[in-house]
Amino acid sequence: MEAKTDTGAQHHHHHHHHDDDAGHVHAHPLQGDMAEGPRRPSREELSHIQGWGADLDRKNRPAVPMERMPARFIHPHEGKLPQQPENVEVLVSTERPGITPIFGTAQPPKGLSGMMRRVAFRWAENDLRHWLLLLAADRVNVVEGIGEDLAHGKVPNVLAEMGIKAEWEHNRAGLVKKAVLAGAVVGTAVYLMRRRER
Amino acid sequence: MLAMNYRGPYRVRADYKPDPVIEHPGDAIVRVLRSCICGSDLHLYHGMVPDTRVGHTFGHEFIGEVVDVGRDVQTLKAGDRVLVPFNLFCGSCFFCQRELYGNCHNTNPQATAVGGIYGYSHTAGGYDGGQAEYVRVPMADVGPYPIPDDLHLDDAVLLTDALPTGYQAAEMGDIKEGDTVVVFGAGPVGIFAAKSAWLMGAGRVIVVDEVEYRLEFVKRYAQCEIVNFREVNDMAEHIKKMTDWMGADVCIDAVGGDAAGSIAQTLTGRLMKVQAGASTVLHWAINSVRKGGNVSIVGVYGPTFNAVPIGNALNKGITMRMNQASVKRHLPRLIEHIREGRLNPKEIITHRVPLEEVADAYHIFSSKLDNCIKTVLIPPSAREVQAVNASALH
Ligand SMILES: [Zn+2]
Ligand SMILES: [Zn+2]
Repeated sequence: MEAKTDTGAQHHHHHHHHDDDAGHVHAHPLQGDMAEGPRRPSREELSHIQGWGADLDRKNRPAVPMERMPARFIHPHEGKLPQQPENVEVLVSTERPGITPIFGTAQPPKGLSGMMRRVAFRWAENDLRHWLLLLAADRVNVVEGIGEDLAHGKVPNVLAEMGIKAEWEHNRAGLVKKAVLAGAVVGTAVYLMRRRER
Repeated sequence: MLAMNYRGPYRVRADYKPDPVIEHPGDAIVRVLRSCICGSDLHLYHGMVPDTRVGHTFGHEFIGEVVDVGRDVQTLKAGDRVLVPFNLFCGSCFFCQRELYGNCHNTNPQATAVGGIYGYSHTAGGYDGGQAEYVRVPMADVGPYPIPDDLHLDDAVLLTDALPTGYQAAEMGDIKEGDTVVVFGAGPVGIFAAKSAWLMGAGRVIVVDEVEYRLEFVKRYAQCEIVNFREVNDMAEHIKKMTDWMGADVCIDAVGGDAAGSIAQTLTGRLMKVQAGASTVLHWAINSVRKGGNVSIVGVYGPTFNAVPIGNALNKGITMRMNQASVKRHLPRLIEHIREGRLNPKEIITHRVPLEEVADAYHIFSSKLDNCIKTVLIPPSAREVQAVNASALH
């Protein structure tokens, strides 16, 4: 395979000789007819690859992701799926009436971000406002998260949450650079504020 | 129980939260033995996926031991070891009947475009994930797959997403004998896509990335050619030059919206988020594939919209295929490949981290420090189990 990586080198680029070749017709070294197509390696050339061609026959592939009926490896539930009880608020897409028989209840909407999410779910998934409002709610939620931590008497260790220990162990130079930069920014800000006070 | 806890972009920690309970008669509760951090967790970690709520536990790649089952569960019992595909699916809806497990219509009330996924924001159903000591596994008769005795637990955990997704990426490329396959992204999925391309008869496999250690790893592991896109003038032109000016037969996007390599895309897709992630790799794939070729997409993009050169796709007569992998239908064949030694997934694991250190683990993976390819998180409750199964560790 290595041999063919440079085949392109033969088809060299146009040579534009602007200064010394004035009046000369531009010449391309090759005709540029590409009827032949790329060279394919032989099976022998590929024999060092373990398992090469094991699934060359499509019958051995678990099937490209197209519809296949009936499904093979599952134990479908008989009859109608039981409905999971709704013990928390679950927001539901307008593009699918009703609620699904199974759903997650991980973090129900609450607070200001929850209100924003409820509004977002008035619009269909097809509507950009649905997604943009959810992204905005996520940012509000981050602030709420800090408030929640503080309310529980917990000051979030933001640097630890961002993996500063790993940064110190594996990217010390980068960390020092960032610290110096941050120090410079803070220092400049303090300097400017003091100057304004005068 | 101890669980990973999302606090905001680039901020996660290990924290205590209530144990999960049976909420539906088809549920099981699984004690996690191993869980992975995935490249698509980084899209959440970077705050790119809408409706990622503070307090959420990520983790869609996990294996474990059943500790409790709901009254409808027939095929599983406490003590069974299972690998859990990342998709939540019911097995009986229109889509599941057609083996489109990644597209189940009964497990995600919050969106129809994506099925339920463990620990993947409320847009994917609002389920807490497996980067925890315990996890709720709905439709326990349908989703989980019993781990055969001869299957290494590290291989099993890679069968929950990374390997099947890489395999399906190659399969969607519809590779024919001798085809030149270009894989964009040398992360776990790209590595497995490259390996799978050989199984399907590729004649040439080229992997593109920017991180030198990842390229060195994939070159060794998947015996492929490598290209560092930072060292080439133009990606599409370079691929054409490498392929006798034809273009690749098949291009695979194993990166998604976190792609680097284009200032405009980084600005609009990753920083300003006015498109659903940087579509750099889609541009490269569409423009590097030959006319009439196939583009296969498994890299994750958000639900809004992307600036994609669809005109070039049209004019070149490209076939594009894409999906979340329907993990379960790949498992029997992939286990066979592992048994035959054609695939050795556990070799890509570079980091084993106690769940308590999840913040550092995310930072290492996200910033590509310490030659990280794949990280496995081990919850404290699984560590005793490992003391018993010493052979399963290392
Ligand atoms: Zn994954
Ligand atoms: Zn279904």
